[in-house]
Amino acid sequence: MSAIIQLKEVNKWYGEFHVLKDINFEVSEKEKVVICGPSGSGKSTLIRCINRLEEHQKGEIIVDGMTLDENTKNISAIRSEVGMVFQQFNLFPHLSILDNCTLAQMWVKKKTKKESEALAMEYLNKVQIDDQSKKYPGQLSGGQQQRAAIARALCMEPKIMLFDEPTSALDPEMIKEVLDVMVDLAKGGMTMCVVTHEMGFAKEVADRVVFMDEGNIVEAKKTKDFFDNPESDRTKTFLSQIL
Amino acid sequence: MNNKFITNIRNKFFSSPIDAFLTISILYLIYLTIPPLINWALIDATFLGDNKKVCEGGGACWVFVKIWFNRFLYGMYPNEHVWRINLPFIFLVLSIIAYNFLNAKLKKYLFIFLILPFPILSLALFHGGLLGLEIVDTREWGGLFLTLVISIFAIIFCFPLGVLLAMGRRSKLPVIRYVSIGFIEFWRGVPLITVLFMAGVMFPLLLPSGTNMDKLVRVIIAITLFEAAYMAEVVRGGLQAVGRGQYDAASSLGMGYWKSHILIILPQALKLVIPGIANTFIALFKDTPLVFVVGLLEILGMVNLAKTNPAWLGMATEGYVFVAFVYWIFCFAMSRYSLKIEERLKTTH
Repeated sequence: MSAIIQLKEVNKWYGEFHVLKDINFEVSEKEKVVICGPSGSGKSTLIRCINRLEEHQKGEIIVDGMTLDENTKNISAIRSEVGMVFQQFNLFPHLSILDNCTLAQMWVKKKTKKESEALAMEYLNKVQIDDQSKKYPGQLSGGQQQRAAIARALCMEPKIMLFDEPTSALDPEMIKEVLDVMVDLAKGGMTMCVVTHEMGFAKEVADRVVFMDEGNIVEAKKTKDFFDNPESDRTKTFLSQIL
Repeated sequence: MNNKFITNIRNKFFSSPIDAFLTISILYLIYLTIPPLINWALIDATFLGDNKKVCEGGGACWVFVKIWFNRFLYGMYPNEHVWRINLPFIFLVLSIIAYNFLNAKLKKYLFIFLILPFPILSLALFHGGLLGLEIVDTREWGGLFLTLVISIFAIIFCFPLGVLLAMGRRSKLPVIRYVSIGFIEFWRGVPLITVLFMAGVMFPLLLPSGTNMDKLVRVIIAITLFEAAYMAEVVRGGLQAVGRGQYDAASSLGMGYWKSHILIILPQALKLVIPGIANTFIALFKDTPLVFVVGLLEILGMVNLAKTNPAWLGMATEGYVFVAFVYWIFCFAMSRYSLKIEERLKTTH
């Protein structure tokens, strides 16, 4: 399998603070990678660099054969192939759920309203909130909002989905409904990078798990290996705290 | 029932000695002010007649307002042509009423018509010079008509300009940012009256001789630029209140700067600052009397002119009460309308 995401010697600083230190990281097509680590370890920053919500200062990021640099054409091309789901859902509060899902289809992909709505309803049905399509985000529960956000990203028909702690802002009883949607998506063959603390999810769907700490990738292994034979002490301590 | 009423009054207005004292003081204050006011404005007032001499009741002399009514409304605009003013304004009022009853598509067309072709058509009608309409020079425009022309055009222009300036001030590009900051801080730092004076008196001296720009146009441009600076800061407040996550979400869906602002950020930001926008519009409306410094007489200016007429000396109070009342009606309407928009745009429970 070929690598669809490649990061070579990527470095990033927030002012003086060195967030990402010489990151080398690859994701193959259809691979599911879970990234974990303590807060402040740079894992969110890492996946936000992949669709250039954050700029890296050194190194090279190649997504689907395109290099991410100042070239705005590349950036928008990559963004149209990479969907993202956020911790705080970030639905557009002034639009109905359906409009949330159709807006970018119509304005970025130039599709007609009819086509956009048909596709939106298909994905809303997939995440089981098609009956809420006329409501506004503020009228839905957290779990429903996050599922709507997943549907919104899928409506752009991306090749890659990035998840930035998708369940961290949810009440415990809503985590499962979101994870179920993500498991379905994984089984459907989507390439996924997921920042999460849900180790159950990692064990069930991830091909590989990456552990980050203080801006470094400490350990990156096949899922079974990662949980059965962690090498570094840092990983062992983290796993003992989280499992 | 009666007993309950009395208990209610006692609980609400006389629950402690201080409450009782305040209640009685306020009642006394009302007694001191309201009856004389009603006496003056209505009971002792004179409504009929056509000169100052009939006003002998000791109350208000509304004859003054009645006789001068057309001048207060239309300035020096010739009486036989005032239909050219009335027609567009009646249409405007009817459209605003009809707007509530139209479907979404017609609403869109009406809105576009009202903000683009309608003002231009109205101006053509006011000014004349085509289709055999006699030209009425802007020097003859005045009264409430002038107030509305200045404020409506300044509002239409200052809003988009303010939005652009607010976005410019937050731009990552230094040139755009500093130009916006410079513009905003310059116009906010000078009093409107000096701006109007410059526009009216100094600006023509700077133009090459032979070129001429209508004074009213200069005044509208000056007020537009001035109020745009205030508008920019109001809108910037709204832009800052929209979370980073909204920008992230818009970007991650492939929207660029303009698309994410027009579709995602501005609709939320503007909704948040509707009270501030209404405030700016009301302030703009109430700033229009200052155009007297360049010799334009809107409604207050016309009253000032009328009260110095030898046949109508001593009518200042009636004139000012009338102007205050007219201003209050318009400002109150704007305030209520903004509340209605806020209500309509609510998207939570």
